[in-house]
Amino acid sequence: MRPLTEEEVKTLFEKLAKYIGRNITHLIDRQDDPHCFRVHRDRVYYVSESIMRKATSVNPHLMSMGVCFGKFSKTGKFRLHVTCLEYLAQYAKYKVWVKPTGEMPFMYGNHILKAHLGRITEDTPEHQGVVILSMSDVPLGFGVTAKSTQDARKMEPTGIIVFHQADVGEYLRNEDTLV
Amino acid sequence: MEIEREAREQDLENEELEELGDEELKTNIAQRETFVLPSGQEIEKGPQSEDLQVILTRIQEIVRVLNNFRELKEEGRSRSEYVDQLIKDLGLYYGYNEYLMEKLFHLFPVSEAIEFFEANEVQRPVVIRTNTLKTRRRDLAQALINRGVNLEPVGKWSKVGLQIFDSPVPIGATPEYLAGHYMLQAASSFLPVVSLAPQENERVLDMCSAPGGKTTYISALLKNTGCVFANDANKDRCKALMANIHRLGCKNTVVCNYDGKEFPALIGGFDRVLLDAPCSGTGVISKDPAVKTNKSDDDFIFLAKIQRELVLSAIDSVDANSATGGYIVYSTCSVTVEENEAVVDYALKKRPNVKLVPSGLDFGKEGFTSYRGKSFHPSVSLTRRYYPHTYNMDGFYVAKFKKISNKIPEAPKEEEDEDIEEEEEVKVASKKKGKSAKPVVEEESTSILDNAEDEELIRGLFIFHQNQADSDSCLYF
Repeated sequence: MRPLTEEEVKTLFEKLAKYIGRNITHLIDRQDDPHCFRVHRDRVYYVSESIMRKATSVNPHLMSMGVCFGKFSKTGKFRLHVTCLEYLAQYAKYKVWVKPTGEMPFMYGNHILKAHLGRITEDTPEHQGVVILSMSDVPLGFGVTAKSTQDARKMEPTGIIVFHQADVGEYLRNEDTLV
Repeated sequence: MEIEREAREQDLENEELEELGDEELKTNIAQRETFVLPSGQEIEKGPQSEDLQVILTRIQEIVRVLNNFRELKEEGRSRSEYVDQLIKDLGLYYGYNEYLMEKLFHLFPVSEAIEFFEANEVQRPVVIRTNTLKTRRRDLAQALINRGVNLEPVGKWSKVGLQIFDSPVPIGATPEYLAGHYMLQAASSFLPVVSLAPQENERVLDMCSAPGGKTTYISALLKNTGCVFANDANKDRCKALMANIHRLGCKNTVVCNYDGKEFPALIGGFDRVLLDAPCSGTGVISKDPAVKTNKSDDDFIFLAKIQRELVLSAIDSVDANSATGGYIVYSTCSVTVEENEAVVDYALKKRPNVKLVPSGLDFGKEGFTSYRGKSFHPSVSLTRRYYPHTYNMDGFYVAKFKKISNKIPEAPKEEEDEDIEEEEEVKVASKKKGKSAKPVVEEESTSILDNAEDEELIRGLFIFHQNQADSDSCLYF
């Protein structure tokens, strides 16, 4: 377990900014309970500082602490995991709601089609990171828009609106590699 | 004379009864022989199901006799003969090996034992626990009912449990499940956490935590404050543990992969420790029928050894001076005395600085204070046993300790517990003078026996290692 290098911080924040923009500051400056990011075996964890200090005593066989945000690939890229969904959903600027018929297809790892689109934040640009919610506001995953809100209006029902990035179905599908 | 006539009639009747009994037993013997010998004529005659029918009738007969032994017994036959035959038959009928059957049979009165074995053939209801970090039970129930699920609250004792009767959708793959609104969890595994009753801002250790049902429950009770250390000795099972922790949104956890015995040395001073020890699983036979045949003497010796070591580590990991805590909960999903009362009794002897306290569960049967010639500390009656046939949940055992001081009075071996404070020692010595006298005396008188016991356990361990290949898979429940 170690703090992130400057380069890693940059990569991580660039990625996070795609989804939550400037709200990143809310993650870093937490007056109530200071939190920090830590790398452990290529995985990035977001954890309360007091818990992190306690976790150092089990460092050699530490498996996980706090919330895992994702991992650095061998090439140095950062990949967000569905495990950070709760924070993303809390701070996301742009959101997409899917109809009940679209919940299952998305949770099986498919992109979101126009036909399944229930609601979308106004003025969502193209290629913007969005959090996917069900109509009852339960976060289901996140993705990247294929079209802006404007363009989406003109699309046919089979067109892809959001490219799939991660969904809660991965808790079943990739349990072993998730954390 | 009227009376004489009546007496004579009575005698005749008795004789008839006896004859009948005789015949019955004779036919029993005949059946038994044909059953044992594969070349027997009756076996060739009928298919297997008929044999089972014969055994079932015989079981019922013997139970009837045993329930009213004085009047119904056959002359010259002892109770143990009947019992032996019954155990054999039950083993055949329900498919247990004789060793385990005998062990389980003696836990209950005769007819209750049959109920127990019968209950092991029936699946327990599916129960889910609401994740209070993300939703409320009312909302969850509504969401599931909208999906066509048939459910009701699990019982008055739990505010978070829901019992599922039937469901048109797989209950382990609904959007609510994946979003972490509930956990699939047997009703029995709520109990140790309810008993542990963690308070907000405490530091809690779950020693054998995978797959995380209890850990996430603790985390939910802490409302994501404080800190939960979730440990499991099996690395593969940690994956499921971590996935569940993240799915249910527990942010205050640390997952680590150690042998539980290393614990007080790694990090101690916890407010509460939950030890859901690895066990033989005799309480969850309905879930895993393989237990019926694959458990032997060696397994029980080996498990008892692990459990004893773990319970001592658990006790040593707790800080007795904790303002709100200082509790240890020991639980197993087994019903045997060796894995439960005997382990608790051992812990009380080895660590006189703990005492048993009421488990905080208002139902369940009292633990045994004596069992087949062994007697345990009287306070063992504060522990709670749960059986599949009484509460329709898995067989389970819960014991709750309170640690009184960090100093181990008259400890047999000097080790562990670096965080003993000098003042505390003095304080405790004066406080405990009256109380500690008795356990200490017991300690001395039994310490030799304990050594012998340990040796036996270690010898068992060797044998176990040789057989490990076949029994490894069922070690960790």
